[in-house]
Amino acid sequence: MAQYLINVLHDSGERATEAEMAAIDVFNEQLRADRQWVFAGGLGGPDAATVIDSRGAETVVTDGPFVESKEFVIGFWIVEAPHLDVALRLAARGSAACNRRVELRPFLDA
Amino acid sequence: MTTVAETLTRVHHEEWARVVATLARRFGDLDLAEEMAAEAFATAVERWPVDGVPPAPGAWLTTTANRKAIDRLRREVRRDEKHREALMLSGTPEPLGAIDDDRLRLVFTCCHPALAMEARVALTLRMVGGLTVSEIAHAFLVQETAMGQRITRAKAKIKTARIPYGVPLRDDLPARVTGVLAVLYLIFNEGYLASGPGTPAVRADLTAEAIRLTRLVHALLPADGEAAGLLALMLLTEARRPARVSASGELVTLAEQDRGAWDRQLIAEGHALVRARLAAGEPPGRYQILAAINAVHTDARDVRDTDWAQILALYEQLIRIDASPIVRLNRAIAVAELDGPEVALAQIAGLPLTDYHAYHAVRAELLRRLGRSDEARAAYDRAVELSGNTAEQAHLIRRRDQLAG
Repeated sequence: MAQYLINVLHDSGERATEAEMAAIDVFNEQLRADRQWVFAGGLGGPDAATVIDSRGAETVVTDGPFVESKEFVIGFWIVEAPHLDVALRLAARGSAACNRRVELRPFLDA
Repeated sequence: MTTVAETLTRVHHEEWARVVATLARRFGDLDLAEEMAAEAFATAVERWPVDGVPPAPGAWLTTTANRKAIDRLRREVRRDEKHREALMLSGTPEPLGAIDDDRLRLVFTCCHPALAMEARVALTLRMVGGLTVSEIAHAFLVQETAMGQRITRAKAKIKTARIPYGVPLRDDLPARVTGVLAVLYLIFNEGYLASGPGTPAVRADLTAEAIRLTRLVHALLPADGEAAGLLALMLLTEARRPARVSASGELVTLAEQDRGAWDRQLIAEGHALVRARLAAGEPPGRYQILAAINAVHTDARDVRDTDWAQILALYEQLIRIDASPIVRLNRAIAVAELDGPEVALAQIAGLPLTDYHAYHAVRAELLRRLGRSDEARAAYDRAVELSGNTAEQAHLIRRRDQLAG
């Protein structure tokens, strides 16, 4: 089995509606029942992001996301799947549930 | 007597995909499969002229490639035990449904929708077709290093994202077959109207390769109507290839072609496929309808015998499933034959195809027939400007220069 990250892409200040939240719950329950669930979570928006750089002598803390863009990641799932085709199906169902575009990325083998 | 070199070429065509696909299933690694298949063929090139061609060349190649793969893995064991374990583990694919053929798995892997279209085309030609990276680069007019990188990146994505080496699940199959056929049609079309200046107008090597791969898919999925339809479409188009470019290197339109030069054997085969699809009684898809249109064209021994009403009816059917501007443009050509150029011109006015050479070429011909020479000339100019094919440009320039004034 491999793990995949499903990033939920978002481009406005609006949070998920009640109907979307309910659909996400149904999807999450199904993932758990099918033993494909690893972890999931919603994220604060770019206005809540802080960038920290401790590569130098001093730690530099700056306000804002690491990249300015119209779209950003608002939440994610980490799922278990044997290969990409299964992960694609999960991502498709996740996209339908949260009513947003999603990006699917494989975890590199440990 | 066929020479050993001819046998090698034939065996390469017939057996490459099988050798690569068998190794890919056994070892779960496309890179290894491809390299070992190439080494096995290299060994054959050395040995067969000396030892003679083995009685079962395909089996000989598969055995040789297998042995080389095992040797390679044994050498790597000492370096990297973990890597070997991973290879062996992923080398045991899950059991699949009714259709199970190593080559089919290979086709579906190479044409996976998670890969960019250009990567799918390149991978299919390399892994299934056995073309060299340099041949593919030449066909698509890109640098060999760029093409090599494209193929390497695609293989890396297959590995990292775990694109499965297998035939898709039954539910996914129709959509995935559509994707496979789109790749094959793209290869064929690039061959039939090569897009680069300075290349031959028609790339017979590419059209032949597309037909060979489509034959394979049709043989593996005989119940798929669109696979049969695409094969028929390619055969009926390829049949006209000998008449498509004049001795002076100019593209010859369907109406002006020397029909005696058409390949009757390919036409007969294409017609038989179209008839078989009609007899199946299923609603036809895009490729089957396009094949039927080409069957009507190739049925006419003289352009004046063309059954335009039948062609228009088929375009009406096509528009119901694919109302794209290009289909509308092609329908207008049939409309012009039946209802005159004025009606056709009105139908294509405003189509969002102003950057498409064929749109301006069709407009030019319609305007010419209406005696609107100045507008026709401008349309020919625009078509010449947009066409990347030297033979097509030559044809358009001659048509333009025939206009008075």
